[in-house]
Amino acid sequence: MPRKREVAEVEDVGVEIDGELSDSDDGAPQRRGNRRQAAGRGGAKGRGRGKKPASEDEEDEDEEDEAPKGRKGANKRKPAKKRGGRDDDDEDESEDEAPKRKRGGGAAAAKKKKGGKAQDSDEDSDEGKGKKGGRKGGGRKGGKEEEDKKGKKGDAKGKDKGKDKGKDKGKDKDDDKDKKKKKKKKNDSSSDSGSDSDEEESMSEGEMARLMEEVEEKKKLIATIRNKPWRMKRRLTHLREAQEFVDKFEGALGKGKGRKWYAYKVMMTKKWIKFQRDFENFRTACIPWERKIKDVESHFGSSVASYFIFLRWMYGMNLVLFGFTFGLVVIPEVLMGLPYGSIPRKTVPRAEQPTAQDYSVLTDFNGFCKYSVLFYGYYNDQRTIGLLKFRLPLSYLMVGIGSFGYSLMVVIRTMAKNADVGGGDGDEGEFTFAWKMFTSWDYLIGNAETADNKYASITTSFKESIVDEQENQKDENIHLRRFLRVLANVMILCSLGGSGYLIYFVVKRSQEFANRDDLSWYEKNELELIMSLLGLVCPPLFETIAELEDYHPRIALKWQLGRIFALFLGNLYTFLFALFDEVNNKLVEEQSIKNASIWAMKEYYANFTRLSNDSEATPPPMDPSDVIRGPCWETAVGIEFVKLTVSDIQVTYLTILIGDFARAVIVRFLNYCWCWDLEAGFPSYGEFDISGNVLGLVFNQGMIWMGAFYAPGLVGINVLRLLSSMYYQCWAVMATNVPHERVFKASKSNNFYMGLLLLILFLSLLPVVYTIMTLPPSYDCGPFSGRAKMFDVIMETIDLDLPAFMGTLFSYAANPGLIIPAVLLMVLAIYYLNSVSEAYQNSNMELKKKMQMARDEEKNRRNNTDSTNQVMKDLEDLLPNRSLAPPAPPPEPEKAPEPEARPTKTKPGKGVNLQKDVALASPNPNAQRPVVSRPPGPRGAGPGRGRGRGRGRGGAPPS
Amino acid sequence: MGNKQTTFTDEQLEAFQDCTFFTRKEILRLHGRYRELAPHLVPLDYTNNPDIRVPLTLITSMPELKENPFRDRIVETFSEDGQGNLSFNDFVDMFSALCETSPRELKTIYAFKIYDFNRDNFICKVDLEKMLNKLTKGELTPEEVTLVCDKAVEEADLDGDSKLSFADFENMVSKAPDFLSSGST
Repeated sequence: MPRKREVAEVEDVGVEIDGELSDSDDGAPQRRGNRRQAAGRGGAKGRGRGKKPASEDEEDEDEEDEAPKGRKGANKRKPAKKRGGRDDDDEDESEDEAPKRKRGGGAAAAKKKKGGKAQDSDEDSDEGKGKKGGRKGGGRKGGKEEEDKKGKKGDAKGKDKGKDKGKDKGKDKDDDKDKKKKKKKKNDSSSDSGSDSDEEESMSEGEMARLMEEVEEKKKLIATIRNKPWRMKRRLTHLREAQEFVDKFEGALGKGKGRKWYAYKVMMTKKWIKFQRDFENFRTACIPWERKIKDVESHFGSSVASYFIFLRWMYGMNLVLFGFTFGLVVIPEVLMGLPYGSIPRKTVPRAEQPTAQDYSVLTDFNGFCKYSVLFYGYYNDQRTIGLLKFRLPLSYLMVGIGSFGYSLMVVIRTMAKNADVGGGDGDEGEFTFAWKMFTSWDYLIGNAETADNKYASITTSFKESIVDEQENQKDENIHLRRFLRVLANVMILCSLGGSGYLIYFVVKRSQEFANRDDLSWYEKNELELIMSLLGLVCPPLFETIAELEDYHPRIALKWQLGRIFALFLGNLYTFLFALFDEVNNKLVEEQSIKNASIWAMKEYYANFTRLSNDSEATPPPMDPSDVIRGPCWETAVGIEFVKLTVSDIQVTYLTILIGDFARAVIVRFLNYCWCWDLEAGFPSYGEFDISGNVLGLVFNQGMIWMGAFYAPGLVGINVLRLLSSMYYQCWAVMATNVPHERVFKASKSNNFYMGLLLLILFLSLLPVVYTIMTLPPSYDCGPFSGRAKMFDVIMETIDLDLPAFMGTLFSYAANPGLIIPAVLLMVLAIYYLNSVSEAYQNSNMELKKKMQMARDEEKNRRNNTDSTNQVMKDLEDLLPNRSLAPPAPPPEPEKAPEPEARPTKTKPGKGVNLQKDVALASPNPNAQRPVVSRPPGPRGAGPGRGRGRGRGRGGAPPS
Repeated sequence: MGNKQTTFTDEQLEAFQDCTFFTRKEILRLHGRYRELAPHLVPLDYTNNPDIRVPLTLITSMPELKENPFRDRIVETFSEDGQGNLSFNDFVDMFSALCETSPRELKTIYAFKIYDFNRDNFICKVDLEKMLNKLTKGELTPEEVTLVCDKAVEEADLDGDSKLSFADFENMVSKAPDFLSSGST
């Protein structure tokens, strides 16, 4: 097909060539020579970097097609210019452009000469760009306009000369340049569309392909226009043009049946995009508290805001857990289960009934609360409930396990996402000052006080770095610091160990006390007291010790978090062990009660038959509140967790109210009549305690995870807590706190919080799974009563509800013979993935090293000669005015002998390795040449480097 | 979005959404903010693209920019006339570039322009000194300023011309862990 087209058009082109050649005889050969040179080099490199000859051939032809057609119209330079315009849109395109042009040969080259000067500059810029792309690889948008200018200048003086100088031109020129281009482009598209719509009927397939390509490009432009560093006006114009173009030609593509299908597809795509956008709009509208958080952020910097973002994330996760628990467990039980008072487990026992509604009892979650849907014990063990035959016990177990699964998944996914974003941080210390300079300002600050603090902290950090830099050579300082850090860690470890032992000791004692009756108030509450005392004393202690370490506050925050976390863990696990003791006691107790209750039941029936003397009559069932019940350890555990959560909420809120609000009020109003300045002096206002709040949140979540299985209502309570806490804390922080003295930016990913959360999740998973798998459920309460183990529900479902072969399938699957290989396989997979990731990491490191070497080498080279790029140098040498001039006297004193003369960053001893550096630096344009193995010392020393004048300049022996 | 008074036509909103990183709601809110700055200047009805510019002093009084040491430069960079007068298009453009979702590359380009005080397409030592004085409110002594500037150039400069070209800047910033210049709407 392309063959045919070529034949059809070749005549046209030929005519054009003739006409043009005669026109531009004088300029063309020179230019072409130049170009060929460039092709020889740039092209070779381009080929090395891998291009697509086949597709380029096609495009070539396309271009030739365009040419004659465009010339028919008034605007002769249309296609080329359109190419240029498109180059703006797509940098990759321009990379291919250069070689293509060159190979386009006579026709294209000659054609180029035709237009006026303005167009020429356009053309040149294209070329320049192409070459540049070839040379540098990664092109970028911003430089484009400069390139244009450069091209222009180069055209005026001598080709490709002003490359480096052109950059100095004022930026303000960009604008009219842009405008000019825009105008041109508009002309293009209008004339283009005019001529094309005329010929629409006779569109050949090649044209169609071209059109299609163009449409695709326009679409790409529409999709990426927001990433262009253009003025909005320009963007809008381009967008409109592109859209018009697409609208116009999209429908015209394809034909017959294909056309309809194509139109349909296009329509659907449009609809889909519209829908996506609407959905996106909707979704952003649904993200709550965005403004609140931004407010906080602007007042307190991003570190405080990161806490609130974390809080919001937690709220979202808990909302989902709440949905599961209430949708699949609580609401079915309320709607379809037996009502309150129908069976013993759903009734308050007679002994408790008088006090069941007392406020004090209810706040302890006894009485009616205990026998409500909030707790495990209320649920019945009927296999199915209601008309829908809802399998409540199964659903209960599944929700319990599923919420763990969901939480794990979400936490890990978020972590992975954050890790993705986080990557690519360079080596510390490479850009200390530059980073401080360019990235230290927190752009989110909008509050004068915070800004002042930020200014102060930036100044201090600069001063610190200056001092560091000055004393970098002194090693004592580092040793001292290291010593201090080690000392601090030892001290903290000691205090952690001490508090751990204290807790252990107290727990032991409390077990002793449990058997005695004559306890004082202190002895009764010893454990709790010690715990809260530790929680009160240790964090400030750690903070004081951390002063020794002198970390950046961001890192210090992490250390602080980690240490308090370790302390709290001890706290949590003591609580758990105490709980397990209680559970074991209850289990023992239960056995005796079970016997007693069976005996009581029998006695009741015996009495009944004896009294009525009628052995045939069925006795009326016993009143549910009179039945003797077991202790139901599950509900007891649930109550413990709910109590703990509620008291935690109370403590947190009261702390905020007293520690922050009352303090702020006192400081504010007593300041009028006090002997020193309260605001600036001792009490001052509180700072927002990030580490404490984050840890509070994390541990609270741990409680929820552990307790949710035994108290489904706990999730609801937690959702309420998080919701209120969001508003309350936002208010408190804005009203009563002051920004941190050393405002610091939160690191981009809050993976550290997530890591803590994951750890807590895992730790809270353990006890729950343990109880599910090993402890027998209570015999008379909860959805699993009467079964030996909780997970027997699953077996039951498999046996009774699924077809028989499924049962056998499961029994096979549960066979150790299958499970062991499966586990082995998983271990192998983990091993494999691990080693793969290690390999990636290694290659990453290798690449980093290479980049570093390339950079050093580049720096070195630049310092040694003024014109660094060999291609550029050669081109310079070939310039007509220079090459005609007699060769300049070779030795240019300041160029030759300066390997390390200039103040480079090169460290002593670096020079020895340079040879290797060069060999490794693959992106180095010289790499393809045999000269590589030479150190980049004085440039000219390389044999065979540079022809003609090139040798003349650089070839001077280092005198 | 006004039932009685339309601020933008649907096409305009769509176009803005295509050209920026904002949703419809945010664009309308931006317009609200823009209008707040100069209620007598900016009309509510923007359907016919009136050519109105709000001067620099008004823009920099926005809470988002008020405390920013580079506020004047930011506004100047985004204004089409280079004087700091922003039309609504420029205004949207500015916030789009500063918002969280805009890609790093775009931010790098604009950041370079912002930091290039004398608009010579290089960040030279003069620029750095100006920057440093803004960042520290002139708290550093001249010797310290010179030292820091020298160090910064030495660290980031690849081609040894003792000023930072865009490539240098890009290279340096791309390695920075916390280069995020987000703004709020």
